[in-house]
Formats: sequence, structure tokens, C-alpha cells
Amino acid sequence: MEITVRVNGVPQTRDVEPRLLLTHFLRDELRLTGTHWGCDTTNCGACVVRLDGVPVKSCTVLAVMADGASVDTVEGLAHGAELDPVQEGFVTCHGLQCGFCTPGMLMTTRALLDRDPDPSPATIREAISGQICRCTGYENIVRSVRWAAERTQAEQQSEVAP
Amino acid sequence: MQVPAQFAYAKAGSVDEAIALLRRHGPDALVVAGGHSLIPMMKLRLAEPTALIDINGLSELTGVAVQGDEVRLGAMVRHGEVLDSPVVREHFPILADAERLIADPIVRNRGTVGGSLCQADPSEDLSAAFSALRASVVIRSADGERVVPVREFHHGPYETAVAHGELLLEVRVPIRAATGSAYQKIERRAGDWAVASAGAVVTLDGDTVVDVGIGLTAVGAPHFVAPEAEDALRGGPATDDAFAAAARVAAEHCSPSADQRGPVDYKRHLVGELVTRTLQRATARARGEA
Repeated sequence: MEITVRVNGVPQTRDVEPRLLLTHFLRDELRLTGTHWGCDTTNCGACVVRLDGVPVKSCTVLAVMADGASVDTVEGLAHGAELDPVQEGFVTCHGLQCGFCTPGMLMTTRALLDRDPDPSPATIREAISGQICRCTGYENIVRSVRWAAERTQAEQQSEVAP
Repeated sequence: MQVPAQFAYAKAGSVDEAIALLRRHGPDALVVAGGHSLIPMMKLRLAEPTALIDINGLSELTGVAVQGDEVRLGAMVRHGEVLDSPVVREHFPILADAERLIADPIVRNRGTVGGSLCQADPSEDLSAAFSALRASVVIRSADGERVVPVREFHHGPYETAVAHGELLLEVRVPIRAATGSAYQKIERRAGDWAVASAGAVVTLDGDTVVDVGIGLTAVGAPHFVAPEAEDALRGGPATDDAFAAAARVAAEHCSPSADQRGPVDYKRHLVGELVTRTLQRATARARGEA
């Protein structure tokens, strides 16, 4: 069936089988391979994208269910050459090693900061508790998100200051 | 790579249309809500529906609201919305306790209250919580609506009162004065299915338990409840000794199975501990102490 999904702001129309999963729609149909395909069992969170702003595991959403919706993937996070503060945080604080979990981590933590601009380390750990990282032990991921939160707040304060 | 078998797909624009679509697509059509139980089962080919009727767009099935002396939760309310709901926190801490232990925050963004009940997994948490609360569900078919107590909703593992051509619309939970509630679960790792879980709802008159609901999950309790333990406690004192005695009754009457999560005696032991602790917590909350 024909579906149209707004992916990173661009309407994408494709003819797909109802059984096609959103993660494969993004990776195979649109060649947006930033969204990783990990456990395939809703556990690891490597495939997290935002569906109408809400983080979801795209291995457990049918592409047809996203018909008419907006999907944001890691490819849409940066503004041109300017990285999102969360991306910058992961670079600065070594929030990744192999990078497999990173796209999902970035999408979840961006959504967290949109809702809670100053999350505690405990809140960050809870937010990423549905995602598995086998490299960092999560410590540096929590630091990366805190870095992004502090950087964003500092920038907002300097904008407000005369 | 896990690929579901082929199926037809239709998005319902209203409850009536969803029911019409179910009838049109025949007995092997299924409703998909959040899909976080159904789609994994389809990927493993444990479920092979001929058609999926998607009810995600139905605003009629959303929202948590107080209506008279009940709270109404729409079937499409996501787990995360239950957890964030001030109404739920005020009246039914048992639901907030349970939701915090269901899967993980990303899954809770998608999974729904109605989906969990209709999936009727024997290890599902909300069934026990709603049973303890003596909630009821509203089911609609082409012939009209009927109200079914959650304690009569489950017909067995993965089987419910929802017949073909019917749709679960909402859950109604009675608000009771002088009542507290709590839920606890033992799991092997964060977000896993329960090894065992218990939920308790306690209504007090002074230091007397005037009514009590005890829900159990993953331990083979029919309808997710422990009626013998409720009978043992009702009308008696709200003391630790009485709670421990009721918990022993619950542990004795449930029928857990030995599996990779543990042997039978261990699960009975957990039931005893969890029933005691949730009765204590629920009572403290009924007294405004916690």
C-alpha cells in the first residue's frame, strides 16, 4: 500500500507491504542507515526514532502505522554543519566507543532534553534504561547529556544577558 | 531478520469503523494498538493475523478522566501517560507503581492499557493491578456495549472476554475513600517480565480492613487475584501479623509453574513476601503516611 511519511521534514511516498517494519523502511527504502537495526526484539534501542516527536523503537512499529506521521531520525539532528548539543556532548565526553547504540541514544536524550532541559543523572539513566550500550558502561553517556543540558542553558543565558 | 507473515492492514477512523472492519476481515483479523506485544509475536510467527485493524488514530479511546466516582482510562492510553497522570497518582498509586515496572520508557511511549489487557499475557502487570482495584472494562460490538468486571475478563492465557468483532473501549476504576494501594514486582533484570508480582488495595475504617483487593501476576492465580487471602483479611485488623497470615494464604492458593525464572517454592515465597509488603505499603498510603 502507498504511504507518505514525513521523514526529517521531507515527505516520502513509497509503496510498501504492510509487514514492512519502520526501521527497514528507513534503512532500506530511504537509505537512511543512521537508524541502526539491532536486536530486532524491542530490547536494545539502537533503532529508536521519534514518531510525531515521541521516541519509539522502530523495529516494533510497522511503516504503515507511520503513514501520515512525522518521523525524525539521527540524520535530521544536526542543523547543516552545526551539531545538535547532544551530538556535541557525546563527542566531547566520549559518550560512545563503537557507536552502534549512539543513534538511538541521541534521539532519546534529545527528546528527554526537549521535555526536561535540566535532567538529573538519575533521570537520564531512567530515560535510557530501554537502551543497551556495551562500551561505555553508561557513565560517559550520562556525562554527555549533562554536558548538552549545561551547554544549552549557558547559551540561553548569554542570549538573555544584555 | 524477523519478518511477520503477510496480512492486510486498515486504519480505522472511528470505533464503529474499527468494529465494521473487524467483521469484514473475518475471525483471524486482530486489532493493533501499540503493537508492542503483537508485533513481536507476529515477527516470531506466534501470531499470524490475516488482517490488522489499526486503532491508533481513535481519539475516542484516549484520555484519563474522573467521571463521578470513577476514573475512566481510554483503551489507547499509553503506559507512559498512565505513569504521568496526576489523577492516577492521586487515586491509584498501584497503577503508577506497576507502570514504572513495565518494560522501559520507550516501550511505555507506545504500549497501551487496552492492549495489555487484551493481550492477556499471564505475566502482564496491569491485569493484576486492575483486578486488585476491582475495575471494569467497557466492550463494544455492533450490537451495543457491555460492561465486564476485570475479574471476569480473562478466560485463560491470551484469552479474554473480547469476542471477534468486539473492541475494548475503556477501563473504569472505582474511586474509594480511605483507600491506599501498592504494587511490587520481582524481575531478573530491569524491564523484564515478572518472576512474581503482587498488588494490594486496602480500604480502612480506623484500624480495620473493611475491604481489600489482592492481585497476583505470573504465578498462575486465576483471574490474577487471591480471593482466599482477601477473605482472610477482610473485616480483620490492619496489622503486620494479619498481613503475613493473608500472604501465606495467597502463597498457598496460587499455582506457579517452574520455569527459567525459578522453581515453584521460590515463587510461592515471593508471593508471600510481595503480598505482605504491598499490604503494608497500601495501608500506609490509606493512612496518608506514604
